[in-house]
Amino acid sequence: MLRYALKRLISLAVSLLVASVIIFIAVEIVPGDPASYMLGLNAQPDTVAQLREELGLNVSPVERYVSWVWGMVQGDFGTSYTYRTPVAEMIWQRGQVSLPLALFALLISTAIAIPLGVIAAGRRGTGVDVGLSTATQFGIAVPNFWLGIMMVLLFSVSLQWFSAGGFPGWQAGFWLALKSLVLPAIALAVPQAAILTRIMRSSLLDTLGEDFMRTARAKGLSRNQALWRHAFRNALIPVLTIIGLQFSFLIAGGIIIEQVFYLPGLGRLVLQSINARDLIVVESVVMVLVFAVIVVNFAVDLAYAAVDPRLRRRV
Amino acid sequence: MSLLSITGLNLSIHGTSILKDVSLDVAEGEIVGIIGESGSGKSMTALSVLQLLPNGAHCEGRIELGGEDVITADEDTLCALRGDDVSMIFQEPMTALNPLKTIGDQVAETVQIHTGASRAVAMGMAAEALERAELPQADFPLSRYPFELSGGQRQRVCIATAIALRPRLLIADEPTTALDVTTQAEILDLLRRLVAEDGMGLIFITHDLAVVSGLADRIAVMRHGEIVERDTAEGLFREMEHPYTRQLHEASTHVPTRPERGEIGETLLSVKGMVRDYKLPRKNLFAPPGHFRAVDDVSFELRRGENLGLIGESGCGKSTLSRAILGLDPIQGGEILLDGEPVTAGKDLSPKVRAKMQVVFQDPYASFNPRHRVERLVAEPTHLMPNRPSSAQKRRMVGEMLEKVGLTTSDAQKYIHEFSGGQRQRIAIARALIINPDLIVLDEAVSALDVSIRAQILDLLAELSDTLSLSYLFISHDLSVVRTITDRVLIMKGGHIVEEGETEQVFSNPRHPYTKALIEAAPLLDAPPKVIAF
Repeated sequence: MLRYALKRLISLAVSLLVASVIIFIAVEIVPGDPASYMLGLNAQPDTVAQLREELGLNVSPVERYVSWVWGMVQGDFGTSYTYRTPVAEMIWQRGQVSLPLALFALLISTAIAIPLGVIAAGRRGTGVDVGLSTATQFGIAVPNFWLGIMMVLLFSVSLQWFSAGGFPGWQAGFWLALKSLVLPAIALAVPQAAILTRIMRSSLLDTLGEDFMRTARAKGLSRNQALWRHAFRNALIPVLTIIGLQFSFLIAGGIIIEQVFYLPGLGRLVLQSINARDLIVVESVVMVLVFAVIVVNFAVDLAYAAVDPRLRRRV
Repeated sequence: MSLLSITGLNLSIHGTSILKDVSLDVAEGEIVGIIGESGSGKSMTALSVLQLLPNGAHCEGRIELGGEDVITADEDTLCALRGDDVSMIFQEPMTALNPLKTIGDQVAETVQIHTGASRAVAMGMAAEALERAELPQADFPLSRYPFELSGGQRQRVCIATAIALRPRLLIADEPTTALDVTTQAEILDLLRRLVAEDGMGLIFITHDLAVVSGLADRIAVMRHGEIVERDTAEGLFREMEHPYTRQLHEASTHVPTRPERGEIGETLLSVKGMVRDYKLPRKNLFAPPGHFRAVDDVSFELRRGENLGLIGESGCGKSTLSRAILGLDPIQGGEILLDGEPVTAGKDLSPKVRAKMQVVFQDPYASFNPRHRVERLVAEPTHLMPNRPSSAQKRRMVGEMLEKVGLTTSDAQKYIHEFSGGQRQRIAIARALIINPDLIVLDEAVSALDVSIRAQILDLLAELSDTLSLSYLFISHDLSVVRTITDRVLIMKGGHIVEEGETEQVFSNPRHPYTKALIEAAPLLDAPPKVIAF
């Protein structure tokens, strides 16, 4: 197990390194001069020179890359050109919205999808199964921003149960902050839950057809006992993969929902920085998002090993 | 009173009749063999006893187990019966166990659900059951996972699971079909011992007459969902009243007619000191990767028109050897010459050499692309020909080949799912023949077929070898089949060839202890007179 974890950890480090190089090249090296790009067409030459100095563009790209990475390792992500505040601080603040939102959405989608998937597979071909299949079809088809808007109209405008948007901050109280994340989390979760339900259903059906399920029944287990004791954990393995992919998407892909609900998250930060041509922020936020995705994948790898003894012992 | 009594069982699945008026009795301590080919209904008869039938199944008649009718019993009663009074083991031990649970847990589960015993008690009984199934705790602790065990060992775990509560009836559905002969002999001994010790009844289902002839007290022969003949084992083999029984027996012991050979031609394939290593994963990041020598210093020759057998158990390196000969894998030492030219793996292998050999694989269901028509499947090797035939020529060639293997020209327009297993294997042979190869590697080519189909394919192979003066490398674990169709035979074990010689010589007078063990382990059927005269 330890060896397996170590192996995955090494691959995590390598992925991070590769990602940092690609981001660095994409943002800083191609195309043209970042300083004149950031300042726009009408910039004064001396302002550009000053910014170049500030960005450290006068040294070689290799030195710049090393100091950028070294800075991030120490927690120094540079200073935003537009906001004049440390990028690390901005990421920290925005992350307090995006990360809980992603987790919340994932929790909702998993909590919906796994039971529904089990029910659909357990009652394959019945009305329940067909109904669920239709419902998931809708869930996948509905765009999450539209769902968000509809929920705002219903729950905020008509019923006035939730606020229509904005985030009061965690200092305003845990429940209040959480409440403001409910609608966006549901909007994010519904399409994910629909996909996950289908994966869970088909994975469980595959497992139910395995030879060892017949063995389990021949031992005297009832249909349900066999399902829970033998099929469930086996069926979970492909579902874990999808959960990992979905979490990555939820962290990085909340941009639209953050716009709809006016949440100060990482997605909006990226969008704003791109509009403001604040490459320092863009570069660092993208790196942080990549980091989050890679860490999630690492966690999924560990979860595989927890479920599957073959991975624990063989590697 | 008999333990199990099936009377007038009719089974239909979604309206299709599967079993017709099946009646069968099993007494305590009795072994009853059910023999039949695929689709004969033998497995469905067994599953009816446990009422573990597929969806849409409908049973009529009576199946009394210890006086209780299982057809009318409710699900709770059945769950209480299964695993406690009647247990079952299946054909494929590799997939019959849950890969995520330890063997201890899986055996103990039977105990726990039926007796409500604590985990500790159940684990104790599991250990005992595994010991009885000859998996000593010292070597196979309860904490082992299935993937750490071989096929034979996994089948023992299944047996332990089935006998943990000492059921009165055990149903074994082709339990040794997927195993090597020596392992099969051990499992058969184990089952025989358990029946004697516990006085349980055993229903042993198989397609292999030889296996059941030495094991069962009574035998029922099934065909198309009906029992066509039943008798004591002795009586059955002596009388063989029903023509189908006779036919089955003849097919099982069938020896294809092969004309007397004249002088055998010059060397076609020559393998000298061949070595094949597989890399093992690195133990740690900085150590060089280890390797496993699958084929170690193997040398032999195969002459034109000769049929050479290669016998060995799973993992002995026979498939690795054949892959190297076909130029599919690189070799790490020695050389392979086909018609004097070297065989190498990958792009270096010239189409000219490549075209001289073809292969027929074991599984007729998995070795075709289901989306192509037979015409395209059979014509595939023609890209190796120096002058690529036009599509009209190809069509004509495919038609000829199909006729040659006993199919019709019009079959070329069909898809592979429209054919039975035996027909598919004919198509595989047609595909191999289309570019007139000198050598055909037959990798367990008849192992997946029913005996009557197997007999036909063997006849076809013998005839083709004669008319086209083909050489075969006939790889199999089945000794009796190799004996009937080859001139010479190689016995392989642990990557080495341990014995080599004229087939009859090796079989009647084996020199190496391993060859002797193999021949002794192989179940024998009394041979029909023509073989005795051989």
